[in-house]
Parts: sequence; C-alpha cells; structure tokens
Amino acid sequence: MHDFTYHAAGSVADAAAKVAGGEDAVLMAGGMTLLPTLKQRLAQPSDVVDLAAVAELRGIQVSGGAVTVGAMTVHDAVANSSEVAAAIPALADVAGHIGDPQVRNRGTIGGSIANNDPAADYPAALVGLGATVCTDRREIAADDFFTGMFETALDEGEIVTAVRFPAPETAAYVKFPNPASRYAIVGVFVARTAGGVRVAVTGAAGCVYRETAMEAALEGNFSAAALEGMTASADDLNEDIHASAEYRAHLVGVMARRAVAACG
Amino acid sequence: MPTVNMNVNGEAVSGEVESRTLLVQFLRETLRLTGTHVGCDTSQCGACVVHVNGVSAKSCTMLAVQCEGADVTTIEGLADGDALHPMQEAFRDNHGLQCGFCTPGMIMSALDLANRNSAPSEQEVRDWLEGNICRCTGYHNIVKSIMAGARAMAAGQGG
Amino acid sequence: MPKDGIGASVKRKEDYRFITGQGAYTDDIDRPGQTYAVFVRSPHAHARIASVDTSAAAAMPGVVKILTGADYAADGLGGLPCGWQVTGKDGPMVEPPHPPLAADRVRHVGDQLAVVIANSAAEARDAAEAVAVEYEPLAAAASIDAALSPGAPQVHDEAPGNLCYDWELGDKADVDAAFAGAHHVTRVELVNNRLVPNAMEPRAAVAEYDRATREYTLYTTSQNPHVIRLLMGAFVLQLPEHRLRVVAPDVGGGFGSKIFHYAEEAILTWAAGKVARPIKWTAERAESFVTDAHGRDHVTVAELALDADGKFLGLKVDTRANMGAYLSTFAPCVPTYLYATLLAGQYTTPKIWCGVQAVFTHTVPVDAYRGAGRPEATFVVERIVETAAHEMGIDPAELRRRNFVPPDAFPYQTPVALVYDSGDYEGTLAAALADADYNGFAARRTEAEARGKLRGIGLSAYIEACGIAPSAVVGSLGARAGLYECGEVRVHPTGSVTFFTGTHSHGQGHETTFAQIIAERLGVDIDAVEVVHGDTSKIPFGMGTYGSRSLAVGGSALSRALDKVETKAKRIAAHLMEASEADIEFADGQFTVAGTDKSVGFGDVALTAYVPHNYPIEELEPGLDETAYYDPANFTFPAGCHVCEVEIDPDTGAVEIVNFAASDDFGNVINPMIVEGQVHGGIVQGVGQALLEGCVYGDDGQLATGSYMDYTMPRADDVPSFTVSTRTTPCPHNPLGAKGCGEAGAIAAPAAVMNAVHHALASRGVSRIDMPATPARVWQALNA
Repeated sequence: MHDFTYHAAGSVADAAAKVAGGEDAVLMAGGMTLLPTLKQRLAQPSDVVDLAAVAELRGIQVSGGAVTVGAMTVHDAVANSSEVAAAIPALADVAGHIGDPQVRNRGTIGGSIANNDPAADYPAALVGLGATVCTDRREIAADDFFTGMFETALDEGEIVTAVRFPAPETAAYVKFPNPASRYAIVGVFVARTAGGVRVAVTGAAGCVYRETAMEAALEGNFSAAALEGMTASADDLNEDIHASAEYRAHLVGVMARRAVAACG
Repeated sequence: MPTVNMNVNGEAVSGEVESRTLLVQFLRETLRLTGTHVGCDTSQCGACVVHVNGVSAKSCTMLAVQCEGADVTTIEGLADGDALHPMQEAFRDNHGLQCGFCTPGMIMSALDLANRNSAPSEQEVRDWLEGNICRCTGYHNIVKSIMAGARAMAAGQGG
Repeated sequence: MPKDGIGASVKRKEDYRFITGQGAYTDDIDRPGQTYAVFVRSPHAHARIASVDTSAAAAMPGVVKILTGADYAADGLGGLPCGWQVTGKDGPMVEPPHPPLAADRVRHVGDQLAVVIANSAAEARDAAEAVAVEYEPLAAAASIDAALSPGAPQVHDEAPGNLCYDWELGDKADVDAAFAGAHHVTRVELVNNRLVPNAMEPRAAVAEYDRATREYTLYTTSQNPHVIRLLMGAFVLQLPEHRLRVVAPDVGGGFGSKIFHYAEEAILTWAAGKVARPIKWTAERAESFVTDAHGRDHVTVAELALDADGKFLGLKVDTRANMGAYLSTFAPCVPTYLYATLLAGQYTTPKIWCGVQAVFTHTVPVDAYRGAGRPEATFVVERIVETAAHEMGIDPAELRRRNFVPPDAFPYQTPVALVYDSGDYEGTLAAALADADYNGFAARRTEAEARGKLRGIGLSAYIEACGIAPSAVVGSLGARAGLYECGEVRVHPTGSVTFFTGTHSHGQGHETTFAQIIAERLGVDIDAVEVVHGDTSKIPFGMGTYGSRSLAVGGSALSRALDKVETKAKRIAAHLMEASEADIEFADGQFTVAGTDKSVGFGDVALTAYVPHNYPIEELEPGLDETAYYDPANFTFPAGCHVCEVEIDPDTGAVEIVNFAASDDFGNVINPMIVEGQVHGGIVQGVGQALLEGCVYGDDGQLATGSYMDYTMPRADDVPSFTVSTRTTPCPHNPLGAKGCGEAGAIAAPAAVMNAVHHALASRGVSRIDMPATPARVWQALNA
C-alpha cells in the first residue's frame, strides 16, 4: 500500500478534527475493508484516523425496548451479547454470521454501515428493523441512510457514533452466501414490528432495499405461504460470474420465505 | 517513522515502522518471527492469524501501529520450552498438517475457538474455520485435531 | 520389526518445526544485503509493447536496478524450455519461443516484461508502478473455441490457427468398426474446468551471486530443485551445474504448480549477477493467479459402444486441450501421454481411439496439476460408464463389474499402450460400496424426497499411472529428461543415518516415511535417521516429486541403496566374526552367523567401517555410504473406487456432499496415517473441481477469478469427513511393492461427485451439468 500518516483518535471530537485537518483523510474503524483496499492500492489517503481508542464509541445498551450498539462495537460482541440475544436475537444472529471469526473480532457495525458494501449483512438488519443511525451531528433513519452502492447519507467528516435498533415482535435473517467471498449473494432480513412488516434485501442489488410487495403480502398473513411463488423483479439486480439477476431474484423469494419461517 | 511498542509472546518489543507497515510485516521482518505466514492479499486465507489482546486476528489486516501497547501472541509463543501446547500436540497426533504453511494460522484460530468452547462439535469447528484455508489436508484431520486439542485443553485446566 | 517400521502410523518427524513456527520457507530466508524484486506485468491479454520507459522509476527512492525484456535479449540468453516434445499427426509440435521477460509482445495478463530491484519490497512496488509501458492492445483469443475459430487472433506467428499439435492414439477405423456392431452407444460432452492450483505458500525465490566463487545460489519454491538447475542452467542462463546451486527449502504445497521452471527464477538469478546483491521475490496471491501454471482445461466429446449385455466394445474420445500462451515445462505430455493412455480405465474395452488438439490461447500457461491428465481421463471414462449404465438400465456398479480387468489377467496389456501391473478392481469396488452403504441408498433417497431434497449417488472406479518411467520409454515418447530417482544412504560412524533423496517433500511426509523404511531395514531407531532433500549441493541428483513417484521411485532408490549398505555391512560383519559372508544373516539390527550365537550389532559394523583397524582393507574400502539410482521397469497403477452421495436443495441449487467413501489400492503402504491424509486432501481438491473451483476468463482475456473473493477455494464447511480405506495388491516390479497415493483423491473424486449430482438431478430431467456444479448452475439447469 501507499504510505500515509496514521493518527489514533482519543475522542469523537478529536477524530473529527483530525479528519478535517487531513488533505485526504479517512476514518478507520475495524479496518476490515479499508486495509484490504489500501493493500491493493485502490485508495491513497493522506491520513488514516483510527477510531479504535475512542471508548465512547464502544458498547451495547438495552433499554426501553431498544438496543443501542456503539459504532466501534465489534461483531463478535454483538453476536455474543446475552442482552442482544434476549432483545433482538436476529441481530445477534446477523452479527454472528458476518465474515469469519477474525473479521468478527475486529470488524465494527459503524465501519460496516459507513462502507455500505452492497453485499454486507448489517445494512439488511438496519433497514429490516427500522433502525436509527446516530452520528456526531444528527440521527438518520436507516431507510434514508443507505443511498447507493458504497454510498450513504453521511456528510464529509461525519462520524457514526451508534445504531439504535427498536426491538421487533419477531425477526430473522437468512442469507445465501457467495461460495468464494462468503458475502451475501442474497440476504433477506424480515421483521414484524409495531410499525408493520419490513423485508430488507442485501446482496441482490446495488444497495440494500425493501421488498414492498412482500411486505404487503406479509402484512395480512405473516407466513411463508403468503410469499409462495413471489420473487423479486430481476430488473436492476446484480449480475456477475456467481449469480445471474434472475437467480438472485429467485433467491430473494426463497430467502424471504425461509426468514419468515425462521421467525417462528 | 513511527515507533511502535507492544508485547509479543510475553516480551516487550519496540521498533520503527512506517504507518503502512502491517502487523505481519513487523512480526516477520522486524522481529524475525517467521512462523506467521502470508498466503493471500484479500484477508481470507488465515495463514497470518495471531492473537491480539487474547483473541484471533489476521495480522495481514492490521497495521503494526494499531498494536501500540497490545499483547500479541504468535505461534512461536505457544510452546513452553520443549513442552508443546495441547493444541500443537493435537495437530501432530492427528496428522492435522501436511505442508505446514497454513498450520500456524490454523492453530492460532483453533485456540480462539477452544477458549470459547471447550467441546466444539465437528460442525462448530468447520464453521469456525471459515477464515482459514488449507489446500493439503482436506480439513478432515484438522477438524479432528481441533476437537481433540480443545478437549485436551479443557482436561488440562480441569486437572 | 521396529515399532516405527514399515506399516506403522508413525507421527511425523517434520511436524515439530511446523507446529512451532520454525519451518523455513523461501520467504523466511533473508540474506545479508538483500534487495527485493517486483515484476512489471501486462494488464492486457495481448498487446504489442511499443515502449518501456524506466527513467522515472529508476529515480525513485531505493531503486537498485531495473531490467527489461530488451536487456535480457541483449545478453543473448535462452528462453524458457519445454521438457517434453509431442509429435502429432503432422509432425513435431509447434514450440514457440518463451522469453522470460517479454520484449515485443505480451501474451497473457500477468506476462512479465521488466523487473524492478530496490532496497525494500515497498520501494520496488512503488517504482514498478512508475515504469511507463506503452502498449498497443491487440485482440485476444481467451478460450479454446475462440482460438480455433476462423480468423482468430494469433498467439504465436509460428502456430497458424493457434494449433500446437494434433495428436492421436489408436486406429480410428478399427474403433469405428467396433462401433458398427454396437447395441448401444452412449455419447457425452464434457468440460474439464480450468483450475488454479493455489498451494497456500505463494511462489517465492531468493537469488544470490558469490563473486569469490563465481557461484550462483537460488532458493526457490520448487518440487524438483535438480530439474530447475538443469533447465535454468543448461537451457536458459548457460551456467554449468558446478556453479549453480538450487535449494528448495520447506515448500508450502505444490500440487504440480511448483514443478515447472518459471521466468522469475531465471530473471532473479540473472539479475543477482548484475547487482551483486541477493534479491528476493515473493508473489502476492493476485500475482500467483496470473503466473502459476493452471491445470486441466479440456473440452471433450466421447462415445462408448456397448453390446446388449453391457460389455464395452469401443471408446472414441475427441479432446481439445488449452496450453495457454506458452508451453510450460511439461504441458504437452499432460493431455497426451498422461491422458489418452489411461482411457481404458479399469476395463477390458478392446478398441480405443483418442484424438487431442492442443491449442494456444491468450491465457496463463496450463500444465500438470495434481493428477495431470489422469483426472481428465478418469472423468471421461467414469462419466461415460455411469451414463451408459443409467441409459441401459443396468446398475452402475454391475456394469463396471461386467467390464473390469479380472484379477487373474495381470500383467494386462491395454489397447492404449500401458501394461497394468496388478490390481483387484472388484475388491476396491466392493469395499467402497460397503462403506458407502450403497444398498441402503434407495431408502435414503426416499427420506430426502420427503424433506424436499434431491439425493444422488455416484461411483468413480479410477486408475492412474504413477511413478512415471522407464526413462527409455518416456524418452521415446518425447521426454527430454530421464525419470529415475537417486538416493544416498550415509551411515555415520556411530550408526546414525542420513538419507539424501532427490525427491522433495512439500507436505508428503518423506522425512518420516523414508525414515521408517531405514529403521525397518537397518534396525536403527527412527530418531537416529535424518532425511535430507531439496539442495543440489547436498544430494547427488534427483528428478523431484510429482506424479505420485516419491515412494515408488525414490523409495525404490532408497531400497537399492540399503541393499548396498547391507551387502557391504555383511562383509564387514563376516570379517569381524571370522565367518563366511554367505553365513551372515541380518535382522533387527544384528548380524549373526547362521547356526551360531555369534552376533555383532549394526552400530559396531558402522564404527568398524570408519575406524578400520580390524578390517578387510585389501578387499573393501572403508566407509559405509552408498548411492543408488533407480529407473523403474514400468509405471505403477494405483486404482480404487470412490463413492459420493449428495443432496441437492432444488430451491437454491446448493449441493451438499452427505457421504464420501473411498477404497484405494496403493500397493504396500509404509505409513497409513500419511496415506489417509493424502487421500483426504486429494478428495477435497477433486470436490473443489466438481463443485466449487473454476477459472473464468472474460472474452478479452481478463481473469474474472483472480482472487479468493471470486475463485472458490474449498473450505472446511464445504466438505464432510470421509471414510477411507486401502486394499493391497503389491506392485510386482519395485522392491517396496508400492504404487503411490498422492493424486488418487483428485483423480477419482470429480467423477464420483458429478455422477452423484447427475443422478440426483436426473429425476428432474437434467442430463448435463458442467463442473463446477455451483448452486447457480444447478438452479439454472433445474429451471432451464
């Protein structure tokens, strides 16, 4: 990789100042995507500002029917949190199936959602649960946060501080992994919440999105049978050597039915 | 150039690095601890797995400067003199290695599992190894080794 | 028999250093004053090099030297040689030049055209990016079909139509006549998918030049350091052997990909002389994907003629094989002598014809990969036999039994040139079927159907030709090297033993297996034996490790050297005990005089050999150090049967291997634990080919599967544990009775898996699915 100047931020404010001070500075959370990108020389930042030492960004709080996960909380901590397992078991399940154990030991929720890889798992959980992204400047609804492939609503230098998940009545996530990378070819997060049924799809398109037709079908009859024969529209779905758009569209239906079934 | 200080295998070490120096480069090139290997450049093969502050991490996907003040354990730090760690012993007893290149990462990853789960099932071991690729063994004997090693570790602690 | 002798599952002697992180692989070697090399490689599949400007790069920090294809050409050195010449119907194959640094044209993505040498790897990499290359991109032919189509871009001017050779084995008219009388003809079209070997240790090299001795040393990730010394010294750099030392230290897997002499080895050695400092190069994985020789890549149409009882009457096989952009070291023999000669399989098929067209394409060179030709042959034979069985309504196991070469028919002359040494094909079939509970399959299928799953079972009764030899025969077929092996047994004065072998261990456990043979034969403790390999300055000579040859050929050389040691030691013992040599018996490390209680230990004899105070010095030289070269009388023929059972989820197309049983005949087994490990690893490489791995090139010659993000390496959760066993018919023509075990799994498994997949899908009307049978492909086939 190209060389850069490394900074360890001591606080969110410190990180914000350091990012603002760099010519072409980037934030690093767990580094699970940033470092491989730098190793392949696909990016050449002047400065890397490491959030690892920012204690205020770490930790899980459960209160008032919501789970709040600090941005620098690693996937393993979410996966193995008994509080998360009690409040939103599907969220622990999502975290426990991201990447591999070493990714889960270092990768963070803040890093994952700020990167917004189209095949990442967490975006489906955020959208599926109707979560709220908290930053150092504001709060953003998950539905508004993920704006496109590797794009989010975050402004220049804005730092994710936490994600707040309202507990659903029931929820489940099922993914069909890419056999090589193990990212999701299609992952579907289904939740029945006080505000209605949500079906969030990752991997299939350029960005996580909601299958509104499936949501409508499940609204009246929350069962796999309600989705029988339903697929996504193949228009605008991803197509690569691992899966055609048509196959992805089909898998959205299969994974959605399985997720509903897993909701029990 | 930044200076980094960390504890590696129980010893305080420090060295000058570039910001871009990966932990695995610091271990292999500066400290000459060449048991930690590099088998890919996409953070998938796991030949580089070490422990950082007690849990497994891919040392090819960490900067050396991120390990300031950290406790790092590599494959070289497991045996107590000539006395092998039970997980090392299990790999030898069960023929859990052939060319040996993936082995240090396999053992370090396996230890992280065994520390969490003293009696993992075959499926739990296979799932855990998602981040470790072996081309020689077909995993059959690695899985056996890890199950036996975890049991031996638990027995050692209990006894 | 010593507890650590032949037949014991001795724990490996080499493991201690590997499990403690003390292995010494090439990249672990640092030499004083070392520099680092990074190669400039083509991003185009095919382009003319208009200019190479190194001036900016040369001014970068830490840069020591930059060398280009023009520099290499100016030195008047050789190209990379091909070690096997195949002669086709129209004469010798086309053998285009293969410059180690391209000067005029690049012919595949990754083709190297310059090298940057700097004080650090990072500086070399930075400077390599600053080498300004002006390319004129040309149209590429990235597949066999594209290369053979009319008007296709030419890979080499020397090879019109991109044809390397058009070769055949057998009399086509004779086979056509056999087909004329057939009751049934089965036809299959098969793609043997291109694979990337992916040994976990990327290739690496360290080269240095000693001005005082004028000696070059190359440390390299090789399966055969003597072969590299021969090819690189004699053909490329014109360096005599006595001034060139090649060391292959611990090597992290090879699978064939580290047999070949690669450009980086020659360029580093050449450059080391110029910069007079050691130079290290280590491939990044992305670089390995575009420079390590790939494997397989055949397209085949085959037809099998059967009579009404299912007896095979004839087999016709028409294959096109991808050579890639240049001929790698052994590439031409893989789809010919290692392929067509195996098409009889385990069967008495009387008439066989095989035609092979070898084709140049703008892709990475293709060469031997675990099995090399034999997996491709087994895939043809076992897919067509299984298909014929289902078409004719005969149980696939029964159809095989009707056609097996019977146990009393050995030595058996096939119609495709080979003479099988020994075998019991019904025995391994029966054992594998029992372990797989073949008879219980119908019930399991019914149970799976109830869960919405498609279940199938498939067989693969494979045969391979291993321990490739004799030299005279392979020489007549175009090999430009001998294929014997060398071993030196050096007994030390205190009775410990060092064995120097020309084979190379990169996972196979030779340090243990060979030590077991020595412990058994000489009665010494296994810890008193050291096995040395991989250094041309220590080992007299060697051809290396590939083709499952180390035990059958290298072990036989050891056995012959031990014969010589024993003969000489008996003469010394006879002298010490004042007895006739004819009366000396040797067992368990003790020499005794038959019929007496006189004895002398092996250690005392060894000491006497080196301290010859009381010694028959008139008749015998001092010392106890014997070398043998062994050139086998024939190939060996490991064979067996693998049975795979799969379950397919029709909703997603995902294939799960639910059971896999293998019964193999490797001849006599020295260490069952190691043999089982070889089978496990081979099976997973075969499963990888069948279900997961496939190298994909775009039409423009760009590699779409250039990392583990897109090339699916088998992982632990892709496979189950296996049931493996061995049955033995000893090899009759080598002293150990050993046949070899390294490649069997990779040879047998693809057909077993794909037969099971086709069996599972047949109920849904799917008749053809190509490897790898990924979920997407299976789903597509189910919904076509």
